[in-house]
Amino acid sequence: MEWQAFYVTLKLAATATAVLMVVAAPIACVLAYARFPGKSLVEALLYLPMALPPTVLGFYFIMVLGPRGIAGRPWETLTGQPLLFTFTGIALASVLYSVPFAIQPMKAAFRKIDRRLLESASVLGLSPAAAFVRVVLPNSIGGIIAAAVLVFLHTIGAFGVLIMVGGSIPGVTKVASIAIYEAVEAMDYRAAHLMSLCFLPISYVFLLIANKLGEES
Amino acid sequence: MTLQVSVGKRLKFFDLEVSFTCEDKDMLVMIGPSGGGKTTIVRMIAGLETPDEGRIVYGDEVWFDASRRINLPPRKRKVGYVFQDYTLFPHLSLYRNAAFAAVDKRDVDGLLTLFGIDHLRDRKPDKVSGGERQRCAICQALARRPRVMLLDEPFSALDVVTRRSLREELRAMKSGLSFPVVYVTHDIQEALFLADEILPIVEGKVDRDWMRRTITREPAPGTAPRAVREPRLSLVY
Repeated sequence: MEWQAFYVTLKLAATATAVLMVVAAPIACVLAYARFPGKSLVEALLYLPMALPPTVLGFYFIMVLGPRGIAGRPWETLTGQPLLFTFTGIALASVLYSVPFAIQPMKAAFRKIDRRLLESASVLGLSPAAAFVRVVLPNSIGGIIAAAVLVFLHTIGAFGVLIMVGGSIPGVTKVASIAIYEAVEAMDYRAAHLMSLCFLPISYVFLLIANKLGEES
Repeated sequence: MTLQVSVGKRLKFFDLEVSFTCEDKDMLVMIGPSGGGKTTIVRMIAGLETPDEGRIVYGDEVWFDASRRINLPPRKRKVGYVFQDYTLFPHLSLYRNAAFAAVDKRDVDGLLTLFGIDHLRDRKPDKVSGGERQRCAICQALARRPRVMLLDEPFSALDVVTRRSLREELRAMKSGLSFPVVYVTHDIQEALFLADEILPIVEGKVDRDWMRRTITREPAPGTAPRAVREPRLSLVY
């Protein structure tokens, strides 16, 4: 039973959720309200991580984040640290991997807001950014929490992407899903069983929250 | 000061072309059949719709000028706009709705009392009646200390009794207002009751003769007479 792997999983899921909530909200807002040429192309590109096999995604992440990749090389010169096989690396990969799960519920929630409320806000003197904070966000709390829950669960469940980008370094990149896989490989079914059992209540409670919010909104 | 509007826009079924002025303290009532362009004109004044041509000027401030490519965004025009149906913010109490854009928060209590909704100040919009919501919408617009007030059929979604009492309240407080008010309705009684000036709009144009034709049920020039004479509900109450 590896508690450390659980700690890494939860830390990773919390990081990815926090980052995505901030990054995805403005993107979802643009997708919900703005009209520009090529919008459907951009949207499809953002949803691509959902449609690709995780190993394909992981392979491209290795190419991009590796010491000779377009993101890995400048990162290494800047910080002196590599991206592959580090927590930062798997956090970055998890964020990109879950982008569609953050954007879709938020976009749906933003679109549901009556356009006249936004018109009213602008007539009342609010800039678009102020209207986003004072009118759009408070009226789409349900969608935002749903997005957070989905991202969290999706990150907890990630396996293929993480093993390719992070490997399995205990305490750093070895997450619970990888620990379970390794336990099974080592025929340690007792540990695998215990760890698997831990996932059940977590996932169940989160789904309960998501469904409850869905009903309310 | 004077609000001067002279705008043109190509719409789907007709070309809109109107020009009028409205002085401070005056209530201009725009009337006419639905789909005639009244709401579009009010939205142009608020800045929510862009005319193809023309000018909108308040005092010496240009809000829109097609030839000089000036188009002040809605938030800078400082108008009060009460929409046809409720556009209060659902997540805020009546008090916080009214105070949403208040210049001086101290105005808000007075306004809520004036409109008789002070006892509902902590309720959310979906927990009060339609009439109370529209009262709050008027408070919200007034608390901004607008330079021009726009009311787009503010009472048309209400029952007859509430509509009548709100209409009377509005007329009573009209003398206290110092800015131009543009009021849109399709109800002739309401127009006659409230207006300092009536501006009939039919298919995007000012049609001064529309009131007389409607009251006498004379068909518009060039249209076939009605086969069935249905009762005019607006003249009953």
